[in-house]
Amino acid sequence: MIDVINLEKHFGDHKVLRGISLSVKKGDIVVVIGPSGSGKSTFLRCLNCMEDPTGGQIIFRDADIADPSVNINVHRQHMGMVFQHFNLFNNKTVVENIMLAPVYVKRKEMRKKKRKNFFLSLTNLFRKEEVKPYQITSKKRIREQARGQAMELLGRIGLEDKADVYPSTLSGGQKQRVAIVRSLAMNPDVILFDEPTSALDPEMVGEVLELMKSLAEEGMTMVIVTHEMGFAKEVANRVIFIDEGKILEEAPPEEFFGNPKNPRLKEFLAKVLV
Amino acid sequence: MDNFGRKWDQFVEIFIHQNGYQKVVEGLQNTVVIAVLGLVIGILIGILIAAVRVVPKYKVFPRILNAICSVYVGFFRGTPIVVQLLVFYYVMLPILGLHKTGVQVSIFVFGLNSGAYISEIMRGGILSVDGGQMEAGRAMGLSFTATMLKIVIPQAIKNILPTLGNEFIALIKETSVVSFVGAADLYVAFNYIGSNSYEFMVPYLVMAVIYIVIVMAISLGIKLMERSLRKSDRRN
Ligand SMILES: Nc1ncnc2c1ncn2[C@@H]1O[C@H](COP(=O)(O)OP(=O)(O)O)[C@@H](O)[C@H]1O
Ligand SMILES: [Mg+2]
Repeated sequence: MIDVINLEKHFGDHKVLRGISLSVKKGDIVVVIGPSGSGKSTFLRCLNCMEDPTGGQIIFRDADIADPSVNINVHRQHMGMVFQHFNLFNNKTVVENIMLAPVYVKRKEMRKKKRKNFFLSLTNLFRKEEVKPYQITSKKRIREQARGQAMELLGRIGLEDKADVYPSTLSGGQKQRVAIVRSLAMNPDVILFDEPTSALDPEMVGEVLELMKSLAEEGMTMVIVTHEMGFAKEVANRVIFIDEGKILEEAPPEEFFGNPKNPRLKEFLAKVLV
Repeated sequence: MDNFGRKWDQFVEIFIHQNGYQKVVEGLQNTVVIAVLGLVIGILIGILIAAVRVVPKYKVFPRILNAICSVYVGFFRGTPIVVQLLVFYYVMLPILGLHKTGVQVSIFVFGLNSGAYISEIMRGGILSVDGGQMEAGRAMGLSFTATMLKIVIPQAIKNILPTLGNEFIALIKETSVVSFVGAADLYVAFNYIGSNSYEFMVPYLVMAVIYIVIVMAISLGIKLMERSLRKSDRRN
């Protein structure tokens, strides 16, 4: 699914990632843990090139997306991202937040087909047998479909009644659940989570983790940076420990938590698992 | 006071019986048209320049555009509006071989001029929008431009609406110099009435009152708009 090969990232002289290699398979749930400032966010943000890697390769959908010449926007449409601070669009209602990207992509496709049809109609003048033009939907149909899908997703998290309000009226937990289904609306191959519960009040952490668990059960591929060790133990099939820009340990959760080998990891776990 | 009464009668005589009111209506129209169209053009140019100025500047092309915008803003903020009007009317038009009326030139120059100011307001507005909004848009696969247009700029405009209202007030007042290029605004109308009666006190007083009324009306509009925005924030 994603093959990270010797990924490096520095900001000026500051080397944040020093050669990270990781292979994420379809259906994998990889949890990334590590001390604050160790480069976890930077690593995650390099995966969809929100930060441009300064070295190495990221192979996704048969392309090296670390190469600046690829059209990153197309690849990002297959890679969801969920942020610590939700980042719902403040000027859009809840349902519009979910519809935005699907409508954008489908309208783009429609415009492309229209262009192709125009050229077909020209070249058909010189053909013996006419080539059939592409079927074109309408803007209205695209919106209706996207709205239907968005309402279904809202139903899944029990927030249909919030469809037409603005995000500022939602609780933190509701915002994050909307943000998660917003990324689902694009039917992504993989979703990246950067500390999705760190900005939440404690009583709201559970509802977000539940939703993520249900995605895991459906076989969604996920890469998750989190401090929720219980969640990692229960849901991950691989846990990696990053410190000073390197992967120091990578193991299934039983082994990772039960029998850690790296001394720094041991130290870290002793601190967080009191 | 007797004196003032006579002057007032003279003014009324010309204003009503010698068609002075027609000049005033025409002048008022020109003043408002120049200010409103100037503002609209200014907003469009302002958004464009502000967008150029916040684009990341790793590549050469955005840098060149940015330099052009800096020169533009520098020129229009660094010279008096009267000078800009005169330069466009008496220098640019003959060079380009164009024939335009004073009102048309005024609309154009006030548009360019307010564009320079609004670009700075707009840039502040864009920078005031949380960076996470752009990140979320880009992470979904929207282009920089699409995210700007759909997400960031609408929020920026909402943030700067009151400031734009003040810019509109400034424009209304500044248009009082357009007679330099032969555009018939309020000043020209009242000057006409004054010249015909050899009496300027009352006409100019009335002119001042008209400006005050316009400005107060716009201020009221801004207040109402701010209040409704705040309400929608609460409802949100
Ligand atoms: N845009 C940036 N510019 C400069 N330094 C950065 C930037 N983003 C992150 N860093 C630095 O990279 C290091 C790792 O940051 P980050 O990936 O956010 O750590 P973590 O998510 O593990 O807490 C930190 O030292 C941080 O200061
Ligand atoms: Mg982080």
